[in-house]
Amino acid sequence: MPVLLAADVGFPLLPVLVLLPAIGAAILAITPSRRADLPRFIAIATSMATAALGVYLLWQFETNDAASFQFGSEQTWIESLGISWLAGVDGISLWLVVLTVLLFPLAIVAVDPEHSPKPYFAWLLVLQTGCLGVFVALDLFMFFVFFEIVLVPMYFLIAQWGHGNRQYAAMKFFVYTMFGSALMLVGMLSLAFLHRNATGGDLTFNLVEIAESQAIGTNAGRWIFLTFALAFAVKVPIFPLHTWLPDAHTEAPTAGSVILAGVMLKLGTYGFLRFGLYLFPEASHWAGPVFLTLGVIGILYGAIVATMQKDLKRLVAYSSVAHLGFIVLGTFALNSEGITGGLLQMVNHGVSTGALFLLVGWIYERRHTRQISELGGLQKAAPVMAAFFTVVMLSSIGLPGLNGFVGEFLILVGAFVAHRWWAVVAVVGVILAALYLLWAYQRVFHGPAEGENAEMKDLNAREISVLVPFVVAIVFMGVYPKPVIERMEPAVDALVAHIETHVDDFTEPVNQDRGGSGWNEAVEAVHGSHGDDHDDKGHDDHGGDLDHDDHDHDDHDEGDLDHDDHDHDDHDDDHGEDG
Amino acid sequence: MLAQTSFDLPSVDWGGLTPLLIMAGTPLVFLTLWSLASGFLPKRTPSIVATLAGIGTIIAAAIQWGRIDGGDEFATIAGSYTVDGFSMLLTMLIAAAVSLTAFFAHDYLEREDINSAEFFVLLMLSASGGIVMAGANDLIVLFLGLEVLSIAVYILAAAHLRRFESQEAGIKYFVLGAFASAFLLYGIALAYGATGSTNLSAIAAAADGGIEDLGLLYGAMALLLVGFGFKIAAVPFHAWTPDVYHGSPSPVVSFMASAVKVGGFAALLRVFWSTFGSLADDWSPMIFALACLSMVFGTVVGIVQDNVKRMLAYSSISHAGFILVGAEAATTEGLNAALYYLTAYTFIAIGSFAIISVASPHGDDATSIDDYRGLAARKPWLAFGFTVLLLAQAGVPFTTGFLGKFRVIGAAIDNESYVLGVIAMLAAVVGAFLYLRIMLAMYAGDDDADAPTGRDAIPWTATLTIGVTVAFTLVFGIFADPIIDLVNDATVFEAARG
Repeated sequence: MPVLLAADVGFPLLPVLVLLPAIGAAILAITPSRRADLPRFIAIATSMATAALGVYLLWQFETNDAASFQFGSEQTWIESLGISWLAGVDGISLWLVVLTVLLFPLAIVAVDPEHSPKPYFAWLLVLQTGCLGVFVALDLFMFFVFFEIVLVPMYFLIAQWGHGNRQYAAMKFFVYTMFGSALMLVGMLSLAFLHRNATGGDLTFNLVEIAESQAIGTNAGRWIFLTFALAFAVKVPIFPLHTWLPDAHTEAPTAGSVILAGVMLKLGTYGFLRFGLYLFPEASHWAGPVFLTLGVIGILYGAIVATMQKDLKRLVAYSSVAHLGFIVLGTFALNSEGITGGLLQMVNHGVSTGALFLLVGWIYERRHTRQISELGGLQKAAPVMAAFFTVVMLSSIGLPGLNGFVGEFLILVGAFVAHRWWAVVAVVGVILAALYLLWAYQRVFHGPAEGENAEMKDLNAREISVLVPFVVAIVFMGVYPKPVIERMEPAVDALVAHIETHVDDFTEPVNQDRGGSGWNEAVEAVHGSHGDDHDDKGHDDHGGDLDHDDHDHDDHDEGDLDHDDHDHDDHDDDHGEDG
Repeated sequence: MLAQTSFDLPSVDWGGLTPLLIMAGTPLVFLTLWSLASGFLPKRTPSIVATLAGIGTIIAAAIQWGRIDGGDEFATIAGSYTVDGFSMLLTMLIAAAVSLTAFFAHDYLEREDINSAEFFVLLMLSASGGIVMAGANDLIVLFLGLEVLSIAVYILAAAHLRRFESQEAGIKYFVLGAFASAFLLYGIALAYGATGSTNLSAIAAAADGGIEDLGLLYGAMALLLVGFGFKIAAVPFHAWTPDVYHGSPSPVVSFMASAVKVGGFAALLRVFWSTFGSLADDWSPMIFALACLSMVFGTVVGIVQDNVKRMLAYSSISHAGFILVGAEAATTEGLNAALYYLTAYTFIAIGSFAIISVASPHGDDATSIDDYRGLAARKPWLAFGFTVLLLAQAGVPFTTGFLGKFRVIGAAIDNESYVLGVIAMLAAVVGAFLYLRIMLAMYAGDDDADAPTGRDAIPWTATLTIGVTVAFTLVFGIFADPIIDLVNDATVFEAARG
């Protein structure tokens, strides 16, 4: 059982971390409006302080105890309803917290609002509190309130500082996502009451307690899982619940898009891990094939639709649908590689898509259009921007040596082991990603530059200094992901072990060396119950591949770039042989 | 002749009646004094007196509650008036509604040039009717309270002499209200016929003890529900609400949406939850239907309105539905949840209509959604306060509105009414659309719109009222324990359960 380790840093780190941005927002609200530069200063100072705390948290994080919830803080909130403030960080939430604390200051520094800076920065800081609250919450009620509250600041950011049809987009975003979580509230209450009735204890919303006891019946668990899954599926978003995303991303102000793509979509994928797989292991396993399929559809659909976009920002938005499909695929592979890859990809997507939205935002700032057809040849006028765009784009495509590759590779390995054909189809998405992004890059940056395109200003010092951290992260995590992965893995392994414990006849789908004879049965079971599309011979081949894959994975943990490249080739070759 | 007949006067616990006596006595005494001394007193006196009467009532109720805390609830005046946590909580709510409304109403009445002491006297009288309803343990006493409450509000609805809509609202409310009272009386008659008593304790005992003619009692329940359904504006007895809320002076709507609803729910909960508790299986389907209809109809029709007052009128219908979700559970959890929701909504409603009343210019007419365009640019804090209250109504976390929804749905689910829980949440989402529309209008565009709202300076009284309601909504939405514990203490007089 994962324990809640008390914070030994001398002060309540998590409450301070979560509340600091909100305090900043409150200070902003009462600053006089005449000081035009003050709001920006306060916002940057607050988010930098939060970032410093977040980095301190990363530094203090015990890698050996990554499976436990560290920096635990517990405080009764609403006593008569069994609700408490219960927060902790483990290997799963650690990197999302770090991503959140780093992305916000960058987004705040990167772009100035077009008008009314005071409420703009205040809403951004409130949003940060909400996101951090979700990632550290270990109480269902606490999780839900933070999960819901993020809608309000984002709604205002889109409605007031957005572009074009912003009011429609804001309304759609709010009502759509609120609809998703409405049923989750019913599910959450049902879970708490059923848990109380089953255990005979007091009413509690303690995640760890409920998840570890698994006291409620299978059938009820599945229904309740579906209510949670709907909320997360809208937030992720999983095809076909993604229709709010292109509107919201496109009409949001640049910083809003960065946060929306970088952090807020992760609320859904993180929710799947913590409040899906952990809370409902049986139901997750049961519903897994559906989500795998929807994930794969999302990968292909997002990629194909992105290819056809005329609007550069919309293109990036649809690319998110595809990337999030990969994360869902990895999550529901239900093995260590898949989940680790998914988790890594959450961070990667935050970094690369966040940077892409920044670049697109700056192009729009200069050219006042996002239509790909009206842009062209920007490389000549803005070579630095083109260079940054190239790196970020390649990371998003998943070029080996950059961060996107590591995540996608792990996801595909995990999915391949668990559900081979889903992985095979998903690989097409990698190729399509190259297609739509390279094609877009070509049309925007290459070719002859005419009219305003030829006179576009290049990135200034501030913009470059914002992008440098992104590029550092992209390269670092591509070349040497070990420090990141080794902090995730214990928590992921504990999660998989938790699923194994609580799901009958389920063993982590791994190769025979690791999983023993169990995994063959697991594959048998999965394939038997969800339609066969290949014969037993396939299974044997499969086993052979797995040795290889596992080997790759170990190497990969060493963080050796060359090996990664090499492995990737092998892996592709394997596919060729299989096909 | 009369002197020879001796009556056994029932014992009266005067202490238990102090909240009622303060609220009912102040207007009577004050009206006399005012008619003599109005020339020597500042014009704001009636407003201050009403505010103080409300505060005094709250203090008196708190003292009485402290006295009976721990299971010493009792009924006095021959068992016709109860002093229990339930009646004291609702008394405090009604008194708070009087204080908050009266406090900002003065400046509104001055602006509209219809200021008179009678307005405040009627406000207090109406509230005393509501307090009688909160404590009534006899159907006749309950009816008395309901009529005192209603008649004063009929007049208040028509208080804006020069507005045609206000007159229309008064007439409409009066005619339909009288009609609903007739249903209620008929229900009382049937209940008396079925059980031989109008005392709720006696009725509860009879209902529990298996009376022969249950059919008569079912008829009574149905008719009583019509009467109460009208007061709380539950669908299908809601038809008056949009017109009356739209036409009445905004401070009066503040009072209607809070105190009148509290009175209606006091009666409904006391009669159904407490008195007919043993027949819950029979009446909870009726409440179920009322709750669903109110939530769905209130939100769906609300979102297509284009007048803010009408929108909030429909939203008050849907809130009545949410409170009924708690009542439907027929458990202690359900009662506490319903009372919590009622407490939260009382403050939200007062604040919302207070904001509407100060946002409108002279004439109290500019309430269409287009009139609210750009309000945030003109009055940022007013718009912020309205946003908080609207979000609370939508059920966004860190507000009392969210906790209210959380608790009623929790009570429904605890009672295994999953369908009701799901319908309630879906209605909440549709409802969010309604509140977002108002917010969108307020935050749309700059001050260049020629929208008439928010042009005048906001009087300090209104600022204080709005500030109190917004602070209540936010502070107790985050630090929820005090209000939740208070409401959980609002126990019902045991004997009434039979």
